[in-house]
Amino acid sequence: MSANLSAIFYLISGILFILALRGLSSPETSRQGNYFGIAGMLISIIVTFLTVGNFGTGFIYVLIFLVIGGSVGAYIAFRIPMTAMPELVAGFHSLVGLAAVFVAISAFLKPEVFNLGTVGNIKLASLIEMSLGASIGAITFSGSIIAFLKLRGIMSGAPITFKGQHLLNLILGLTTIFLIYYLCATQSSNIFWSIVAISFLIGILLIIPIGGADMPVVISMLNSYSGWAAAGIGFTLENTALIITGALVGSSGAILSYIMCKGMNRSFFNVILGGWGASEQSSISKNNEQKPVKNGNADDAAFLMKNASSVIIVPGYGMAVAQAQHALREMVDALKKNGVKVSYAIHPVAGRMPGHMNVLLAEANVPYDEVFELEEINNDFANCDVAYVIGANDVTNPVAKSDPQSPIFGMPVLDVEKSKSVLFVKRSLSPGYAGIDNDLFYRDNTLMLFADAKKMTEEIVKSL
Amino acid sequence: MEIDPFIFRLSIFILSIFVGYYVVWSVTPSLHTPLMSVTNAISSVIIVGAIIATLSGSSEKIFETSNIFGFLAIILAAVNIFGGFLVTQRMLQMYKKKKK
Repeated sequence: MSANLSAIFYLISGILFILALRGLSSPETSRQGNYFGIAGMLISIIVTFLTVGNFGTGFIYVLIFLVIGGSVGAYIAFRIPMTAMPELVAGFHSLVGLAAVFVAISAFLKPEVFNLGTVGNIKLASLIEMSLGASIGAITFSGSIIAFLKLRGIMSGAPITFKGQHLLNLILGLTTIFLIYYLCATQSSNIFWSIVAISFLIGILLIIPIGGADMPVVISMLNSYSGWAAAGIGFTLENTALIITGALVGSSGAILSYIMCKGMNRSFFNVILGGWGASEQSSISKNNEQKPVKNGNADDAAFLMKNASSVIIVPGYGMAVAQAQHALREMVDALKKNGVKVSYAIHPVAGRMPGHMNVLLAEANVPYDEVFELEEINNDFANCDVAYVIGANDVTNPVAKSDPQSPIFGMPVLDVEKSKSVLFVKRSLSPGYAGIDNDLFYRDNTLMLFADAKKMTEEIVKSL
Repeated sequence: MEIDPFIFRLSIFILSIFVGYYVVWSVTPSLHTPLMSVTNAISSVIIVGAIIATLSGSSEKIFETSNIFGFLAIILAAVNIFGGFLVTQRMLQMYKKKKK
């Protein structure tokens, strides 16, 4: 296949990938979008085979490795529980990163294959592109591994900080840039390997100071990195499909990071520099005196909700941990039979990755047109009879609106307290991720339901 | 004076960032998780580079160092392609309209 023809096909793949993302603008078109993505991938792979035109023994090996990798991927995709999506995505990011590193290494060892010159005499631009691709790929790989370990709970979610951390990162970053410059001058393979090694180290150091609560930002950020790594390799290989995809993924991840940061009212740098929740102790101490709370049971809750005309459910990650989503849907079904209007309110950072809570609810067969985002539903709390808060805490804390001293001040929160009564399912009065007390517990219209989210919801279903 | 082909690739890159920017903002927030898994899958188009790395050399030497890295990259990218698209499909299947 001629180079021009294959370039056209790579462009078509790129366009199909754009359509794949475009499809996600609504659930109806999303499945079609996914097929566009698959088609784009197929075209890219087939065109590459035809362009290379080598169908000897090597081709058989490629197919075998494709099948091996593909089966592993398919197995994981079918088995993974939806609660584990954040880990899965982090794991997948690490694979993209490592694949980028491997392709860059391969190009460095045998540049003539990619028309980049010969060993020791690689084109300057290609050298810069491949070392950037390898470096970002390596950071993505090791960073995603750390994120994966933290999300999986193998590594503690607590931020790991030490003195001079940022200085060390800065020095390593500058060293990498210097080494890339030096690589261009000498073409030495040792320097190339050092760049890869230092980048692995940077990836680790970059993610360890970031706390568990900030993981939504980290995953989005690594998503973005994996895109930039792909784009770097795309420039090296002079491949349009890769350049387009890299740019799409890179900007997608960046936008998601921005949305997540905004959901927590924190700047991107604040998250990256790490260490939230560990130092903010001041606001807790003053709230330690006993304040009266109203304590209820399942029957009270059932009675309140049955006689309401509208109920808004506010789910948080705690609901997913307790696996209460199916019980929750049963409760909602029972309420709907009683003629109660029910909707769900989702905070941008309700889950552990962007859109996570929506997937968890969808899995429990909650129709997506009953699920609303913060901006869409926040005004409805004032007209709602009962707000049922399950597994959420900080995202409902009115302190974010009233107390400039609070670490979460300015964070967009759900106006739960405006509803006539609030049912708050929680195991104890302990503070949430942010380590601050929730004012909502002590309001007159709040009824605390102290229990496991799943058990309590099941009991409510029974008494309905 | 001739324009370096790099400039054309750079133009494609910059324009794609803009396309990505507008397309991603139009993605509904409830589908942000599938968005991440699908971007994961499509970024594995890096497999193209891995295939070239493994197949472009002479046929006798299939397992040279550079080829081995290519093969490893193929496995990694294949996990991602199949895993990414399938898990996205699995999630999207769950987004159904209310049964009436």
